[in-house]
Amino acid sequence: MKNNYTLVIGLEIHAQLQTKSKMFCTDAVQFGAEPNSLTSPISLGHPGAMPVVNKKAVEFAIKMGLACGCKINELNYFDRKNYFYPDLPKGYQTTQDKAPICVGGAVEIRSGNGEKKTVRLNRIHMEEDAGKLIHLEGNADSFIDLNRAGTPLIEIVTEPDLRSAGDASTFLMAIRKLVRYLEICDGNMEEGSFRCDANVSVMPTGSTEYGKKVEIKNMNSFRFVQKAIDFEFSRQCNLLENGAEILSETRMFSAETGETYAMRSKETMNDYRYFPDPDLQPIFVDEKWLNSIREKMPPLPAFLFEKFTSHYLLTENDATFLTENRETALYFEALCLSKIPAKISANWLMGTVQSYLRENNLEMNQFPISASSLGELIQLVLDNTISHTIAAGELFNQLVLSPETPPINLAEKLNLFQNSDEAFLKEAIDKILLQMPDKVAAYKSGKKGLLGLFMGELKKATQGKADPRLSSQLLERALN
Amino acid sequence: MKIDKNTVDKIAHLARLKLSDAETEKMQSNMEQILSWMEKLNELDTTGVEPLTHMSQEVNVFREDVVGSHLSKEKALENATFKDENFFRVPKII
Repeated sequence: MKNNYTLVIGLEIHAQLQTKSKMFCTDAVQFGAEPNSLTSPISLGHPGAMPVVNKKAVEFAIKMGLACGCKINELNYFDRKNYFYPDLPKGYQTTQDKAPICVGGAVEIRSGNGEKKTVRLNRIHMEEDAGKLIHLEGNADSFIDLNRAGTPLIEIVTEPDLRSAGDASTFLMAIRKLVRYLEICDGNMEEGSFRCDANVSVMPTGSTEYGKKVEIKNMNSFRFVQKAIDFEFSRQCNLLENGAEILSETRMFSAETGETYAMRSKETMNDYRYFPDPDLQPIFVDEKWLNSIREKMPPLPAFLFEKFTSHYLLTENDATFLTENRETALYFEALCLSKIPAKISANWLMGTVQSYLRENNLEMNQFPISASSLGELIQLVLDNTISHTIAAGELFNQLVLSPETPPINLAEKLNLFQNSDEAFLKEAIDKILLQMPDKVAAYKSGKKGLLGLFMGELKKATQGKADPRLSSQLLERALN
Repeated sequence: MKIDKNTVDKIAHLARLKLSDAETEKMQSNMEQILSWMEKLNELDTTGVEPLTHMSQEVNVFREDVVGSHLSKEKALENATFKDENFFRVPKII
């Protein structure tokens, strides 16, 4: 049945900007602080309190616009969006309606099947966050914490270009990757510093006219975004199949049931009565300011992906992994700069380093070994001084514990150097072969795969220190 | 300019005002007067004139991203009608 319909999705993404202070006043921006301890007459909306714009927040918004290829609006002003809700003490949200700071632009994603898709942006605008409402089961009141009120946000609004729940989630990840690369938002969906609403509609396949759209809220993970949209797709298809009407409404996603449900019906159409905020002077973004921001732009994931595949000749999979976050990408580049071949650098990062991080539940920026030090360690393997097994095992583990010590000193102290002493290795090999006459016979009758077993035994007998290349030469000679 | 009762009701609702019938009537005539007076402005040809959104020509009035002082929690909650030691409280809305 779903085959007869096309799913149409547009996203509205709110990203809290990682400034120290709020958008229009000097309250600290901080998650998890004591309730109502980060307020001022401005964030509480007391009469006569006058807001002043945080310059950094504007620069962060511009950075995001530049990263997405948006046109940066020259003359900006803020508007008041008027409505009453207890988490909004002023009675209006300061936002940008008519003159958003960034217009247009696009972000490219890779669909599940590897196909490239361009998702156009409608706009990115600046606004302030509201306070937080807390509803406790069994309590007749709602509680309000205004610490979050006035936190700077950007809202990224897409065109209705997404056609599957998977693509929506992929796009959301691409945006999160961007804000993290730009270091303008921590992208934490659980704590709500990165939030997403989805506008979802369906239309008969082949049609060019969009159906009635439903807005879904309350999806605080990538998985939930996907689940909620998939659920909504089925729900809307079912309605249409049964000849029912789709209501333009706001629906909440429930993580417990995996379904969406209608919020209490909206009172008459929202009428926000936007008008320019007279308390905030316009913002004029001239070419000089724009250029100074442009100059400070870090390399972005799409650029690095391209560089890693075309310059370093990595596979797309490797490049995707390495550009997942900025720290890993920069670390990889640093390893390459210390003369470690790209593929080997990539393998170390995706193997040994990644398992270490996963086991210890760490992020790349918490990895204790510097790129130059890890480069020295890898060089020991490339020089045949230490076996790969020992380097990635014992030596790596020691280096994590004392990252300041040069790897070669650690190897010396722990006696980890590879053994390339031919006489020594020969003796060890002879001993092993003597102990397994049946396997030797099997090898000689054609089971060449047994070579690996002998190598394994030799590794064991030499605590992994046998030079692998020399060993396999000696082994083959001994067996033939 | 004519204003009907529905418009007055809608505006009163948006402002969360509860008006008696007499007040609605009075408001209706007040608003009509105000709008009629404003209509005078429509006689001016404003083609090509940018709307005046701000009274001064100043632009780019910024502050640096620096944290300042906060109200104490007690002070912040002081004027609230309903509160407890940590939160503002309102009748449950969901």
